[in-house]
Amino acid sequence: MLDLDDIQHFLLTRPHALSARYEFLSFGGPEAGRAWLAGILETVGNARAVAAAAGTDTRWVTVAFTWNGLRALGVDEAALATFPVEFREGMAARAEVLGDVGNNHPDRWIGGLADPNLHAIIILFAQDAAERDRSAARHKTFLSECKDVRVLSSLDLDALPPIEFSHDHFGYRDKLSQPALEGSGETPGPASGAAIKPGEFILGYPDEDGDGPALPQPEVLSRNGSYLAYRRLEEHVGAFRNFLEQNSRSPDEQELLAAKLMGRWRSGAPLVLAPEKDDPELGADPTRNNAFGYKDADPRGYAVPLGAHIRRMNPRDTAVNMTRRRMVRRGTTYGPPLPAGAADDGVDRGIASFFGCASLVRQFEFAQNVWVNDPKFHELENERDPIIGAHDGTFDMTIPKRPVRRKIKGLPAFTTVKGGAYFFLPGIRALRFLAGGAKT
Amino acid sequence: MRDLKPTAAALPRAGEKLVKGRYGSMMPVTPANGFTLIARVKPGCAPTIRAYGQKIEDTIRESPDALAVLKLHYLRWVLFDNDTRFMYIGIFDTDFDKYVEDAVMLFKATGITTIFEQLEGFPADWRDNPAAFAAFCREHQAPSFMEYAQYPDVSATEVVKAVTMKRALSEALDQLQ
Repeated sequence: MLDLDDIQHFLLTRPHALSARYEFLSFGGPEAGRAWLAGILETVGNARAVAAAAGTDTRWVTVAFTWNGLRALGVDEAALATFPVEFREGMAARAEVLGDVGNNHPDRWIGGLADPNLHAIIILFAQDAAERDRSAARHKTFLSECKDVRVLSSLDLDALPPIEFSHDHFGYRDKLSQPALEGSGETPGPASGAAIKPGEFILGYPDEDGDGPALPQPEVLSRNGSYLAYRRLEEHVGAFRNFLEQNSRSPDEQELLAAKLMGRWRSGAPLVLAPEKDDPELGADPTRNNAFGYKDADPRGYAVPLGAHIRRMNPRDTAVNMTRRRMVRRGTTYGPPLPAGAADDGVDRGIASFFGCASLVRQFEFAQNVWVNDPKFHELENERDPIIGAHDGTFDMTIPKRPVRRKIKGLPAFTTVKGGAYFFLPGIRALRFLAGGAKT
Repeated sequence: MRDLKPTAAALPRAGEKLVKGRYGSMMPVTPANGFTLIARVKPGCAPTIRAYGQKIEDTIRESPDALAVLKLHYLRWVLFDNDTRFMYIGIFDTDFDKYVEDAVMLFKATGITTIFEQLEGFPADWRDNPAAFAAFCREHQAPSFMEYAQYPDVSATEVVKAVTMKRALSEALDQLQ
């Protein structure tokens, strides 16, 4: 059974939040960090309480720490050394593994995210912008009472209008495919396969390979925790729209090309189920919009190109050990929408998400390293994920088509990594342990 | 069209930069890409290794795709020096470092790890520690100083596709007689 009273709600519940604020913090010393944490602790919801208060709560608080942050809170060196190497190194040091080179390089990140003094993040989710601003104001007041806790940067996020369905700045419907955790009470969606063992996402539980790996020490710190990979991606909406226009002869063709890059129409309708024409009803129907595979329905990619975004990020029945690669995604869009037809205004807008997992190297880094950026993935020759791959204009996109395939050469970058970090999301007892001086 | 031009490479290539992989630096892709792993056999363990030859023969007869994930062209397993040493030569297309967990899972499922467990220095915690598994491979790799490929950069999958197509075409032409 999952210890729902101890696990932070973040990866287990989906409160109806349309706004958020992320604040990236640095502690001047252990005392400062502990005092801050002790003050914030009671506002951090566990999975049971948050689920029970669905419908009445309007604000939700989550806190997580970098490895340097755990050290700053006074966790001793012997314990720190038991955490996995990729978490200890941090996301910026793993740039080459992740494809964060060129314009995506940590040297160009903003908000102090590549700074070794990044210690913690507080994630304020809220029902709407007004509630978010209330949370932010409360936190600001609290911080003014804390000594030696510095805000390196912050980011406000808001769901894009129309808010009836979640979508990104490019217009794609989002959050369609999420794994269901065994024992969480969630039932997997149609054709999503069985629920996945909780140890794939939360430390201290059986995973898809057995009892789960040894826990980092001390157990009171690691049990019921998860790792979060944070990614802030700027979306170049102008470049994206120009690309669609330049490579299509009609608005319908533009929609189809957009769908081929993603593997779904912007409505969310999967190309496997709607290969010729968009089907917005299908896209909006959660009982149908994720019920498909590739192996039998589309082995050669005539519907969904082999290199399309969703076919890379979740190859479904065309890759082995899929249950060992899943992640729980949380997050939303930031920045104002770019109105249709408007020229790009150069404003930073994009998507800032967290990928929750039990192993950053096996889950998040594998997805980045192989699925997103391996040019030979699925026997392709020179391609990367068209939406989030590391692009410098030298990679292609093949769109299988009868009688002749289409190959688009030199894809531009539609996204740029503006920052990222690896965090540990501790359980509630672990937060108390840290606030109490991290002494066993 | 790209010509299929034979390639030979003296290794390591001058000035080659090692790329950081998920489990340490990646092994560079070479013309005859793969493993030449050489390790000492634990005393008395050679018969277990040798017996595995038959086991793999049976496995592949029953499920021909059992090793497909490894994207192999060829495997050669050799016991030498009076069965005190073992050599694992594998020519394959994937970057091993990229798929190390998949390889570990497959080795577990097919029992290939049973062989590795008879070798000195193989990490006891390999099941949960792909990094240690990768490190063992890296430490026991005997790097080539020259590799040659008659058809470089052609994957096993492509070879299978090409031969299948040729056979289908040949059959179709025969039926036209």
